[in-house]
Amino acid sequence: MSAGLQDTLIFERSREGRRGFRVPDLDVPAVDPKNMVGPQFLRVKETSLPEVSEVDVIRHYTRLSKKNYCIDLGFYPLGSCTMKYNPKINEETASMPGFSRLHPLQPQHTVQGILELMYELTQGLCEVTGMSWGTLQPFAGAHGEFTGMKFFKSYFKKRGETKRTKVLVPDSAHGTNPASAHISGFDVVELPSNEKGMVSIDELKKHLDENLAGIMLTNPNTLGIYEEDISEIAALVHEAGGLLYYDGANLNAVMGKSRPGDMGFDVVHLNLHKTFSTPHGGGGPGSGAVMVNKKLEPFLPAPAVRKRGDEYYLDHDIPDSMGRISGFYGNIGVLVRAYTYISTMGSDGLQRASELAVLNANYLKEKLKGRYYLPYDRTCKHEFVFSAQKMKDDYGVTALDVAKALLDFGVHAPTVYFPLVVHESMMIEPTETESKESLDNFIDIMKEIADLAEKDPEKLHEMPLTTPVRRVDQVQAAKHPVLRWQPEE
Amino acid sequence: MFSYLPHTDEEIKQMLADIGVESIDELFADIPEKIQFKDTLQLPKGKSEHEVYSRLEAMAKKNTQGVSFLGAGIYDHIIPSTVGAIMGRTEFATSYTPYQPEISQGVLQAIFEFQTLMNEITSLPVSNASLYDGHTAASEACALAVNSTRKTDTILYSGTIHPYTKEVLTTYFEDLGVKLVELPEKEGVLDAGSVKEYLTPQVAALLVQSPNIYGNLEDYTGIADILHENKSLFIISSNPMSLGVLKSQGEWGADIAIGDTQPFGLPAYYGGPTVGYIAASEKLLRKMPGRIVGQTVDEEGKRAYVLTLQAREQHIKRERATSNICSNQALAALGTTVYLSTVGKKGLEELSAQNMQKAHHLAEKLQKEAGLELLSNQPFFNEFTLKLPSEAAEVADKMEKEGIFAGVVLNKLDPSYPKDLLTVAVTEKRTAEEMEKYVRSIKGALK
Repeated sequence: MSAGLQDTLIFERSREGRRGFRVPDLDVPAVDPKNMVGPQFLRVKETSLPEVSEVDVIRHYTRLSKKNYCIDLGFYPLGSCTMKYNPKINEETASMPGFSRLHPLQPQHTVQGILELMYELTQGLCEVTGMSWGTLQPFAGAHGEFTGMKFFKSYFKKRGETKRTKVLVPDSAHGTNPASAHISGFDVVELPSNEKGMVSIDELKKHLDENLAGIMLTNPNTLGIYEEDISEIAALVHEAGGLLYYDGANLNAVMGKSRPGDMGFDVVHLNLHKTFSTPHGGGGPGSGAVMVNKKLEPFLPAPAVRKRGDEYYLDHDIPDSMGRISGFYGNIGVLVRAYTYISTMGSDGLQRASELAVLNANYLKEKLKGRYYLPYDRTCKHEFVFSAQKMKDDYGVTALDVAKALLDFGVHAPTVYFPLVVHESMMIEPTETESKESLDNFIDIMKEIADLAEKDPEKLHEMPLTTPVRRVDQVQAAKHPVLRWQPEE
Repeated sequence: MFSYLPHTDEEIKQMLADIGVESIDELFADIPEKIQFKDTLQLPKGKSEHEVYSRLEAMAKKNTQGVSFLGAGIYDHIIPSTVGAIMGRTEFATSYTPYQPEISQGVLQAIFEFQTLMNEITSLPVSNASLYDGHTAASEACALAVNSTRKTDTILYSGTIHPYTKEVLTTYFEDLGVKLVELPEKEGVLDAGSVKEYLTPQVAALLVQSPNIYGNLEDYTGIADILHENKSLFIISSNPMSLGVLKSQGEWGADIAIGDTQPFGLPAYYGGPTVGYIAASEKLLRKMPGRIVGQTVDEEGKRAYVLTLQAREQHIKRERATSNICSNQALAALGTTVYLSTVGKKGLEELSAQNMQKAHHLAEKLQKEAGLELLSNQPFFNEFTLKLPSEAAEVADKMEKEGIFAGVVLNKLDPSYPKDLLTVAVTEKRTAEEMEKYVRSIKGALK
């Protein structure tokens, strides 16, 4: 195999006249499309789609796949991303034609199985979160946040409280939180954290007025710290007439241990692709299912999955509904995987998963905190945040350098430069599916990198050395955007 | 016993000792007593893989299928075997968003190829890495239009777009002070003559769909000029399968092309996951929502790919971001990429033509042999709307008993449509024999 073939784009493999797919012979009269519609409707310029064989396609994308790291290859300690193992049984059940071939507008009596699955999944997610009912439609976490904010809007509209336009978001929150609140028509106010990395009650009290719509929180927060004042926060916000939104990015820490509903939240979004083990697919498709309490149930997006007697159905008759948030009912393929996971783990397994996720995180934190600075030194939940600031000051080695060096050692980097409240942050989330050996291996690697930082910082600036490409030039990419392959004229 | 939890009791003991605590419970002691969950979750206990498989298999069997003439955005097309083979590769399926480009070149290059393919299909130069679905893509396109035109607050849309798209637009824009104005239809297509009447300086864009909800093709000759004179943008949503033979959005003069790539290699899957696509003119690049992959070089000058122009995105802009999208439908977009690479230039033309030929064949038979009427005498692609002599839902119910999903009853999508309309989709997958059966069945159902 020549190096050239390794690095080609599919378009560069194209040879005029080569075919990768045989279309069935036409069994109806072969009328030329030109004779079916007026000339103004016809495509003028033909496409430059590749002309390749099936062998070309398979080799090309198989070779591409080899340039990709993945959870099946090894450790992926990305903070707030919950890169747990994606069980294979989920893929088997999701590929059953009894699910995958269904059209969304089939008669309801022909889709009782999938509706039952969606109904039971909603029930299960409500039980884990302590909520009343929900929607499985949101396609991703950010879409779930948007849906959650629409619950806020619909609730206040119904009550005639249209002046409630202010949503509080802690400075440690995911960037999508303020963006989602903004695109839903709210004004965002950032809430500074206190010295313990938690929501500051004093700061919160400054905003408890008639304009308050509510607050968006992640608990445990992005520092991996459980917000110990959560009940007080909830009481204060509710007393002020506001609502609480739970960003479920970190739910993997507390399944069967503490439920958002019991903490006082009104709306919860979950990332089924994090907590419930569905594959991330290189960036999607995921699912940002949203659960709500009784108070917000009347505002569910249409349609909602319901049961009447033994029959499951899609309920379009929701008078106070926020409306439709997506074309159909969500990323159903992802839902089948999440349902499979919950069935496999059960009540005992989900709880055990959270316990071991927290055990793994604390183990890593304790073993490494001597070598990396831990700004918030306390028991963490499923993740924790180191700072490379001191390493940067002493040796010029940044969080990015540590991240890139890890790639050479065959593990994925942690989340770096987030949360923004910690300088040179490295956010580490091991998840429960990593064994002690896997963690010990990571500990050894991290120590070796810390040694290198002291002895040979130059080498760290050069890493990674063994990856399919070396560090890439992001500045050039943004300055002179090349966003597509161009055919030679 | 849980197969995904590798810890032995002995290891747990060692780890607790290393942490310096007595028990796992101690690690949860920071949760205030009154909100600790002390019960057991009311869910069944964990089960073996085999038991779970059997349960899911039983559920799947409760769903039944028929020969499908259903469309309205989701279609029953042939999927080449290459698509599943590549989408099933664990290196793609179990990887995260490509934030570390050095070990994510596979998915990054695949997205770069996807972007190129969408540019080719739509004849517009700038594409992103994909959006959620075609309906939310419409919202993102309209937001893009409002954000990139000055002093605008109005979106015009044709009454002939998918009713679900209208509903999604309403949900997205009702709290943002953006006015949505519906343009009238005439004989099953947008009343093109009305566009000028509705244009005001506040109009950010006109959104249209062709093939439209009835399956009809709309003639946009001259529309782009009218809009551009008003400094408004033109957004066209299209079933991309039609673009193998029919005029692309770019060729109509659109500024933004959107739609859903489900027809390109993705199973119907009860409506999702699919892929929303968006492509636009060069000048809209800096306001484009979602992820974009760009080509660059690594330290050794080797060609490489990376997520780029991230200054647009919410992790930098936070509340000032114009979209909250921070993901894409990457694996499904990979499916579409593999699909288009497999069928190739000629294959897409052939498939597109076959859809048209087969749909016209059935429409003709229904008119000649069953004496049925089409709603309008407009050109169409692979979908057409029958105006039946009785209620469409009843006809469809009867045909379903014979194993045929006859089509989409428009009145069920939106009660404002008359009850006698049935929209029938015919893809390349439907055979002449199945169409014979369809004609017999609908004749019986109408007796």
